[in-house]
Amino acid sequence: VPLWGITLQLQRCARDITNMSQQAVNGVSHRGRVLTLDSMNPNVKRVEYAVRGPIVQRAVQIEKELKEGAKKPFTEVIKANIGDAHAMGQKPITFFRQVLALCSYPALLEDSKFPEDAKQRARRILEACGGHSIGAYSASQGIECIRQDVARYIEKRDGGIPSNPDNIYLSTGASDAIVTILKLLVCGEGRDRTGVMISIPQYPLYSAALADLGAVQINYYLDEDNCWSLNITELRRALSAAREHCNPRVLCIINPGNPTGQVQSRQCIEDVIRFAKEEHLFLMADEVYQDNVYAEGCQFHSFKKVLFEMGPEYSNTVEMASFHSTSKCYMGECGFRGGYMEVINLDPEVKAQLIKLVSVRLCPPVPGQALLDLVVNPPQPDEPSYATFMKERTAVLSALAEKARLTEQIFNTVPGITCNPVQGAMYTFPRITLPQKAIDKAKELGLVPDMFYCMRLLDEEGICLVPGSGFGQREGTYHFRMTILPPTEKLKVVLQKIREFQLRFTQEFS
Amino acid sequence: TLCRHTLSSLSATRRGLPKEKMSENGIMSRAKVLTIDTMNPTVKKVEYAVRGPIVQRAVELERELSEGMKKPFAEVIKANIGDAHAMGQQPITFFRQVLALCSYPELLSDSTFPEDAKSRACRILQSCGGNSMGSYSASQGIDSVRQDVARYIERRDGGVACDPDNIYLTTGASDGIVTMLKLLVCGEGTTRTGVMIPIPQYPLYSAALAELGAVQINYFLNEEKCWSLDITELQRAVNEARQYCNPRALCIINPGNPTGQVQSRQCIEDVIRFAAKERLFLMADEVYQDNVYAEGCQFHSFKKVLFEMGPEYAETVELASFHSTSKCYMGECGFRGGYMEIINMDDEVKDQLTKLLSVRLCPPVPGQALMDLVVNPPQPGEPSYGSFIKERTATLSALAEKAKLTEQVLNTVQGISCNPVQGAMYSFPRITIPEKAVKEATETGQQPDMFYCMKMLEETGICLVPGSGFGQKDGTYHFRMTILPPTDKLKILLNKVKEFHQRFTQQYS
Repeated sequence: VPLWGITLQLQRCARDITNMSQQAVNGVSHRGRVLTLDSMNPNVKRVEYAVRGPIVQRAVQIEKELKEGAKKPFTEVIKANIGDAHAMGQKPITFFRQVLALCSYPALLEDSKFPEDAKQRARRILEACGGHSIGAYSASQGIECIRQDVARYIEKRDGGIPSNPDNIYLSTGASDAIVTILKLLVCGEGRDRTGVMISIPQYPLYSAALADLGAVQINYYLDEDNCWSLNITELRRALSAAREHCNPRVLCIINPGNPTGQVQSRQCIEDVIRFAKEEHLFLMADEVYQDNVYAEGCQFHSFKKVLFEMGPEYSNTVEMASFHSTSKCYMGECGFRGGYMEVINLDPEVKAQLIKLVSVRLCPPVPGQALLDLVVNPPQPDEPSYATFMKERTAVLSALAEKARLTEQIFNTVPGITCNPVQGAMYTFPRITLPQKAIDKAKELGLVPDMFYCMRLLDEEGICLVPGSGFGQREGTYHFRMTILPPTEKLKVVLQKIREFQLRFTQEFS
Repeated sequence: TLCRHTLSSLSATRRGLPKEKMSENGIMSRAKVLTIDTMNPTVKKVEYAVRGPIVQRAVELERELSEGMKKPFAEVIKANIGDAHAMGQQPITFFRQVLALCSYPELLSDSTFPEDAKSRACRILQSCGGNSMGSYSASQGIDSVRQDVARYIERRDGGVACDPDNIYLTTGASDGIVTMLKLLVCGEGTTRTGVMIPIPQYPLYSAALAELGAVQINYFLNEEKCWSLDITELQRAVNEARQYCNPRALCIINPGNPTGQVQSRQCIEDVIRFAAKERLFLMADEVYQDNVYAEGCQFHSFKKVLFEMGPEYAETVELASFHSTSKCYMGECGFRGGYMEIINMDDEVKDQLTKLLSVRLCPPVPGQALMDLVVNPPQPGEPSYGSFIKERTATLSALAEKAKLTEQVLNTVQGISCNPVQGAMYSFPRITIPEKAVKEATETGQQPDMFYCMKMLEETGICLVPGSGFGQKDGTYHFRMTILPPTDKLKILLNKVKEFHQRFTQQYS
């Protein structure tokens, strides 16, 4: 039994003994708690989120042990489990942080070390805040002038297709908006219960939200043999099967993809829109990685743009929500929890309900809203901060592109690992071949095989990845998700260690 | 493939997909996927008066004013929401200095920032991934911040121990409250979780319960006794509720919102005893803990009282206490900073809680940083101490003065009676509405106090929230008004309210 398994068991044991002795000591007869595993919300129990799941908890434990001086085969734990760029050393965009500092402490507007364009942005944001302070609540839908800026950004991005600021809702990260829309969509009982189509593999926010809401998860498989592309025939298959047991109403797509990194072709996006219209599905387009496109011949096409270019038959009818965030792309500002959604063709009565629903939580964090404003309204060519901004942005995106290529390249030299091109996003999701003996051993330990693999990798090399089972995969296949975020030199070391581990592991279980 | 497609079309038809409809202009249209009839039914039941219809009207009026329309007033005064900065309250300098340093660490070499601000900023940044506020934090919140919160609680509670593991940082207190309620809700029909909430209440509670499909159990605060809590009333409410649901939680807001009452220590003990006896999970919303104004009133944390009642209670009663950066003397609503302390939670449930929080990754890091400063403010001997205390004192004493002024002025109005504003940020006076007005309101399908408040808004530009948005005894009417506008403006406001009330009473006599 691995050490970490024993540790967990001992901890549980110790807790039980403590509880029992406490009761013995104070003479109070054992009375169940009000809130126990059996008397809590059953949906919450079904929720899983692998990106911060058991393997990460183990990684944190190991970090603690290292800090306390324990000897390990490695000196640090590398957290390649989560799309957190700054944690891996990526630097924030100077301009953004300057404006945020000015907004936080407006006395700095007198400080000559800040460029004029930063001061101007800060003043504009502050003027839009109650009492000119980022400490005031904003409107629940988000600060109005920021929503206007977001709309303009979308128009510029989409070659002039109009965006109505009224359709823009700022949110606490994209996750918040995604959960809100799913919440609105869930209704019905039994066979009428709302079904939501999600890609396999998927980003497990979706499965978690569906479990929490008690909605039906409908899996459609991406095609690993064709670079994780989406097949309409597969969508149809999934939908027909689902109609037997639920009411499919929503189709979610992540483009660029997470964990797979595929960048959908324009044709594919059109096909998906056509499919959604034919089958009367609400489309949810998660586009948080829209600037993270690396592969030759790949380009980001927003669902909104394609929808409108398909003409009024589609653009007047298909209901859609697109999501974006400040956490990814070249900004990497995860901690600010900035994001927005654009809703298209939403029923006006439903919109009113949406506004009411978001009002209960008052507003998204204002620093995140301010940051989003800068993302959609960055320095322009004639502004003082432009050159530095472009330099920083380009450096980040090209480093990511290089690391994407490097990762694919190196993994594909390892026997037992095959890696599709990392066309975009921030992750690689290679397929691993596990020897039968390893699969058997995993089962013995009550672990899913790729979890067993990843736990071993963590224990032996201090590298934390997320097993493919956390994202979904075809039965009998195994994967892991690794971020491409560590600095290039460190990434090379990580890739090397994984190669060595893979060879050792295969050898051990041959 | 053709066969399969045909079959799926058939089943789609059987499933009752909306048929194509011919609309007026001859264009084929189809019902939308997401309509009022096909959306989540519990969401439809949600109401949140603090930003409800009256505020929407206020925003409309503001727009009309800015477009040059003539009104009986020059500005709309939003006295509906506990947003101190929007009403002119200034942020604490030290806090904003540290936040600026954290946002743009280059400023650490700037000599205009005091050393204590710089050292706080460094400490925070060192606890962040890559030394950046842009990293996700641990889902439970930054470790060192949780430790600081625990130390703050220990100091506040006279040394009663606080375990940082029991501290969860949240996106405002609302986030923590909703999360706890979510964990608690289970069962069907008569076993459905019931949650006791005060009437009047802060409508986050009723909204969350509606959305979660939990049963709302009302217990009435005693208006005649300064909105105090009676155990007999709690008992009545829970006994009655047991007939149709499974009461499992008891929520209390102290200092109160909208009522402002500050519960006595005795009362808090009684509530704890009641919760233990009736096996209720206690939720103590203490976001206004520094906002205590009245002579003889003092904030007693539920945690502290619980532990001072000895192990029989301290080791058994399950309690979650909530705090926030939005109120008190900070007023930093926009940062969405908050925490909850959880006492005696089952370990397996704790694991579930941690798992649930992880899905949303983490609370906003600027809000966590701010919380760190709130619980770890400048100390005597530190360079920023003098200014900090000065600013804090000025804000709290201004609020105390405005609390007194509000009670005083409103009580001079015939038909308005206002309990002392012992704490928090609101007055919740009772208003007498003439029969004629009640009738007209009912005829137009409005709650009488909504009718009253709408009229006030249209005539004076003052936006308040009708008591019906918080709950009140049948046949009584109230409004909630914040005490946040600057004193001079508040005086004018109170006068206008007085004049309006007199006019209104006259008009409908």
